[in-house]
Amino acid sequence: MSPAARNIALAIAILALATSAFFLQRSQVYLLSLCCVYVMATMGLNLTMGYAGQMSLGQAAFFGIGAYIDAILTTKLGVSFWVVIPIAAVACFFVGLALGFPALRVQHHYLAFATLGFNVLVYLVMRNEEALTGGTFGISNVPRPYLFTWSLDSERAYFWFTLAALVIVAILMRLLLRSPWGRAFAALRDNPIRAESLGINITAYTLLAFAIGAAYGGVGGVFYAGLVQYVEPSTFYFTTSLMMLLAVILGGSGRFFGPVIGTVIVILLPEVLRSSSSPALQFMQKWYLVAFGVALVVLMVWLPGGLLSIGDRRARKAAA
Amino acid sequence: MIARAGELLHVDALHKSYGAIRAVDGVSFRVGAGEIVGVIGPNGSGKTTLFNCILGQIGPTSGRVTLAGDDITSMSPLELARRGVGRTFQTLQVFGQLSVRDNLIVAAQEFESTLPRRLFARPDAGLTARADEMIERFRLKPVAQLHAGRLSYGQQKLIDIAMAFMPRPRLVLLDEPCAGVNPSLVETLRELLAELNRVQGGSFVVIEHNMDFIMRLCPHVICMVEGKVLAEGPPQAVQSNRAVLEAYLGN
Repeated sequence: MSPAARNIALAIAILALATSAFFLQRSQVYLLSLCCVYVMATMGLNLTMGYAGQMSLGQAAFFGIGAYIDAILTTKLGVSFWVVIPIAAVACFFVGLALGFPALRVQHHYLAFATLGFNVLVYLVMRNEEALTGGTFGISNVPRPYLFTWSLDSERAYFWFTLAALVIVAILMRLLLRSPWGRAFAALRDNPIRAESLGINITAYTLLAFAIGAAYGGVGGVFYAGLVQYVEPSTFYFTTSLMMLLAVILGGSGRFFGPVIGTVIVILLPEVLRSSSSPALQFMQKWYLVAFGVALVVLMVWLPGGLLSIGDRRARKAAA
Repeated sequence: MIARAGELLHVDALHKSYGAIRAVDGVSFRVGAGEIVGVIGPNGSGKTTLFNCILGQIGPTSGRVTLAGDDITSMSPLELARRGVGRTFQTLQVFGQLSVRDNLIVAAQEFESTLPRRLFARPDAGLTARADEMIERFRLKPVAQLHAGRLSYGQQKLIDIAMAFMPRPRLVLLDEPCAGVNPSLVETLRELLAELNRVQGGSFVVIEHNMDFIMRLCPHVICMVEGKVLAEGPPQAVQSNRAVLEAYLGN
């Protein structure tokens, strides 16, 4: 498919998705919005991990920081949602830099555990700093924003809003990956020693990839808080980071649409299995998590490069 | 120190010891601007360690390296790259998941403008023309769009070497460019290196075991044995040196 044809197909798919909100139940629209906010975060994780090769188990911490910034600023200080988005993005960018500066001296599973430690730390701050975060009770009644005078309070309006925001951040990510920076990220992932001998500043680029990935997590968190209208610490525990990591790997790490496919599966598959009304799938209501786990194992054994590597696999088989 | 006219690299009494083992034992030599210098010697004679010391991959125990009069001893590979020192490695080092053209562009893009500006620069950083020129020269045109990791060893070797020349470096250190390469490609590589030296200028230091290649490419040859420079001079003189013959053939 030519790039133009692919863009048109993509635009049609997005419009179809937006239109589907007219035909779905409220709870289903909510799930679609949930997918959109998580995709923002996993897209950032994919930059850090898939493109720049830095393992992270702390993406939920940035997601949580974004969500709490929104909840605190909008409920306690009455700051507009529109102002909160750049604040959260910049704040997470700098927290990412501050974490990356010491943590990126180590690689792979050591880096994974360093970021996991950070995630637990952020969780503890959210749980214990009651004056600011509301402790285990969290913060409720987080407002949804207005677009000019149009309230985005309804489930459908908020979904369209989130979808549009996702499209914008996805386009920005695409531009970043196509810029010389994106090429430098891929080079240092493929071969850091050679990259350095070609003048690529590994420290600067890994930090930037990590911080931009964190900023994506933060923006996702802001939209999450607006969607759920309630934040509490356990959502942002490291198990959520694991779920995000799973989404990236399942879809195809280092592939643009990998985190999209992966996140949709990780969020929707359990729900589909659980709520299936077909009699043949009735037993799933009790067994859906088991079925989900089995499906993941099978997928990872069959396609270790993620679902989007299926094309490569076919090409290899055809060549063999 | 004042640089000798036309002198680019000066390695002065370089030592690298690992405990009692002297991998590089007081090596001194000079490379003139635009000169091609060959480094030969049996396996384990310290050639690659010498390269790694010059290139900041490992710190020398003692000694000095200067580039056009500036002290570059123990400078990081990044800083050396910025000063126009390029290199290739003994083993293939290409970016397997980037296309051939992107491999060449990424090899030179960091020398264009500044880091923040590159974010907003054209996606190819204005380097497509230069990359395509190099692709043409290295006969990689049919595979320019393919991922480098999927190509044959010989093609990847060509990309590997072409990358080192993309930033138009002042000095390139090539570590066994002919290793694992078939005889006809060896001849191609020799022609390419001679051509690049003519067209781009720049000085080359080449480690190689292929004597024919070295003798025909390099007007000046250094022979290392057990970490020391055993002989130095025009290739024929070094080749017929009695000590060199003994070191290679044993006695």
